[in-house]
Amino acid sequence: MKFIHYLESISGVSIYPMISLLLFTTIFSYVLFTTIRMKKKEIDEKSHLPLD
Amino acid sequence: MENNKLEKFYYDNNIVKHFAIATALWGAVGMLVGLIIALQLVFPFLNFNIAETTYGRLRPLHTNAVIFAFVGNGIFMGVYYSLQRLLKARMWNDTLSKIHFWGWQLIIVLAALTLVLGYTTGKEYAELEWPIDILITLIWVVFGINMFGTILTRRERHLYVAIWFFIGTWVTVAMLHIVNSIELPVSFMKSYSWYAGVQDALVQWWYGHNAVAFFLTTPYLGIMYYFIPKAANRPVYSYRLSIIHFWALIFIYIWAGPHHLLYTSLPDWAQSLGTVFSIMLIAPSWGGMINGLLTLRGAWDRVREDVVLKFMVVAVTAYGMATFEGPMLSLKNVNAISHFTDWTIAHVHVGALGWNGFLTFGVLYWLVPKMWGTTLYSKKWASWHFWIGTLGILLYAIPMYWAGWMQSSMWKEFTPEGQLQYQFLDTVKFMRPFYAIRSVGGLLYLVGALLMVVNLWKTAKQGNFVPEEAAEAPQLIKNVIVKGKEHWHRVVERKPFTMLVLSLVLVALGGMIEMIPTFMVKENIPTITAVKPYTPLELEGRDLYIREGCYTCHSQMIRPFRSETERYGEYSKAGEFVYDHPFQWGSKRTGPDLAREGGDKLRRMNSWHYNHMMDPGSISSGSIMPAYTWMFENLIDYECLPAKMKAMKTLGVPYTDDELNNCISLAQLQAKGIYDDLKKDEKNLLLSEDGLQQDHEIIALIAYLQRLGTDIALTPKK
Repeated sequence: MKFIHYLESISGVSIYPMISLLLFTTIFSYVLFTTIRMKKKEIDEKSHLPLD
Repeated sequence: MENNKLEKFYYDNNIVKHFAIATALWGAVGMLVGLIIALQLVFPFLNFNIAETTYGRLRPLHTNAVIFAFVGNGIFMGVYYSLQRLLKARMWNDTLSKIHFWGWQLIIVLAALTLVLGYTTGKEYAELEWPIDILITLIWVVFGINMFGTILTRRERHLYVAIWFFIGTWVTVAMLHIVNSIELPVSFMKSYSWYAGVQDALVQWWYGHNAVAFFLTTPYLGIMYYFIPKAANRPVYSYRLSIIHFWALIFIYIWAGPHHLLYTSLPDWAQSLGTVFSIMLIAPSWGGMINGLLTLRGAWDRVREDVVLKFMVVAVTAYGMATFEGPMLSLKNVNAISHFTDWTIAHVHVGALGWNGFLTFGVLYWLVPKMWGTTLYSKKWASWHFWIGTLGILLYAIPMYWAGWMQSSMWKEFTPEGQLQYQFLDTVKFMRPFYAIRSVGGLLYLVGALLMVVNLWKTAKQGNFVPEEAAEAPQLIKNVIVKGKEHWHRVVERKPFTMLVLSLVLVALGGMIEMIPTFMVKENIPTITAVKPYTPLELEGRDLYIREGCYTCHSQMIRPFRSETERYGEYSKAGEFVYDHPFQWGSKRTGPDLAREGGDKLRRMNSWHYNHMMDPGSISSGSIMPAYTWMFENLIDYECLPAKMKAMKTLGVPYTDDELNNCISLAQLQAKGIYDDLKKDEKNLLLSEDGLQQDHEIIALIAYLQRLGTDIALTPKK
């Protein structure tokens, strides 16, 4: 019995993993970059919220 | 600009108390059922030959009780306590809080009753039937409204990181539950999954994996981020890390579902996607673990003294271990060994007993004295609980790791002549001592939990509960004019709905990209012409297979390994499952795979199945399978067949009008064929008091078992 590869039968399927990788990298880099740039005062203020 | 007018208000401790009691109560019940099913695998007579107490029905009860009753109530306890304090506001609406509490308990009771009565959808961790699914949705919405109402009426501008985890949890669980529960009702308490075969498997494990992620993990991380700083009396180690932890975790987790389906008939690319994202998960998971543990920097001396911190440290460590192991198990070469074995059971219990259990215990030991305005009744007992519980986890996990490894090795062992070294039954017998030690571990863990219940009870009795805790905070001023450019996350934090939508977009994105192509497969899948829909009697037999929870011990998925094709026959193809609503691939092989039970290689006589279901031990010496004697007394429900066939046709199964109109007589005709065959061998049959009857349920089950995997064999070889 011969089974053709399902993936090959979906047109333009290779775009899916590419979209995912790109989205992840973009969003993650943005979060990382902006978080690192947060001010110390603000960080301290927020991290003390449970203790207030 | 700031108006500092102080407002006086009261925190609702009553609702937290309710959820705390429910957590302890259902925890004990869930663990007890776990112990019973563990013992059933050592002593099969503990199935008591009663349908309602059989392993296949109790195992879903155990998993549902522990996940949704124990941890579920634990989540709500943690959320209702921390949310009010972090937002400096009482829960938005007391009536909604009460509806949420009693509604959730009603769901649990209904779940317990229906599962033991055999009402199940046959999808792991989503076994509850459609009316209960609807009720869950409604109660979850009530919880959401109450939570967002509180957020919108808060007196604290910023949303602390714990609250993001709660928001992420709420939105994702809602999405997962709705998407996975789309089913077509056939009657009250019976439905068929909308999806079939490969698609059903993908949706189910997208749900199943993310139930772990967004029910057992993210809400508990929120609880960790609130209660560890609280118990240690110091802020979280790195708030920056917690932001990255949150976004990375919710984004990556949602993609990892297919790692439950490695080497199955799921398309390869989806499997690889699952593996890649699973490996990536190590980073945020460990970031979170390190953040939790380092919060205790400079307070490690207190861990020796403080039992709350002890429980929390072990919980976070167990989280770290489980989240390292998970990605390792997602590697195809490791998964080839671990999948379907008790290794998986060990893995989930490190998470459940260590992470969820111990964190819950830590929170309870902290919360009860606090809310009752007293100190813990006995620190010594709590310390004993800690050590008994830890020993329990070790005695549970180590034998199961060992067992899993041995199981897999034995399944794959060949003689020098190229024959399989062991019968499946040999491997089952080998497991028995491991199952016994695991039961001891489970017993210890349960004893520890009961000790806690008594300790907390006595603590409560010696204190005075404060139902309404007074607090003061300045009113939050809306429309604050901010000078200059603000940090983006600060803006997002102020807008909880933006947060909700962003979280939803992130998790929905993963789900869609993962699933859409596989759904398109339906149009593109190479149809296997030999694969035909089940006959009416086989369909009924399949429903009985689902009712008895056979999938809790038997897989129907032969992976493309020589050790499996030698044992079970040709490996499973996606096209073979197109009529399976729901799929029954299973996730554990306590018994052998049944995908080709009726195929050339494994086919047995009808009389063998008949006797085996009546008394498995007498046919396969050493078998731990329960007997199913009630199937030799209950009659086949022919009357429901037209509705079932019609539902299947609606779902796309190509039944002809002739089959639909004559389904009862077709089923009876097939049953007669099996009956006549059995009749020839009647003197060798193990009969019930009712004797051999054509309309007994067992006849339908045999029809289904004999059908399994026969379609491929019928295909002419080229």
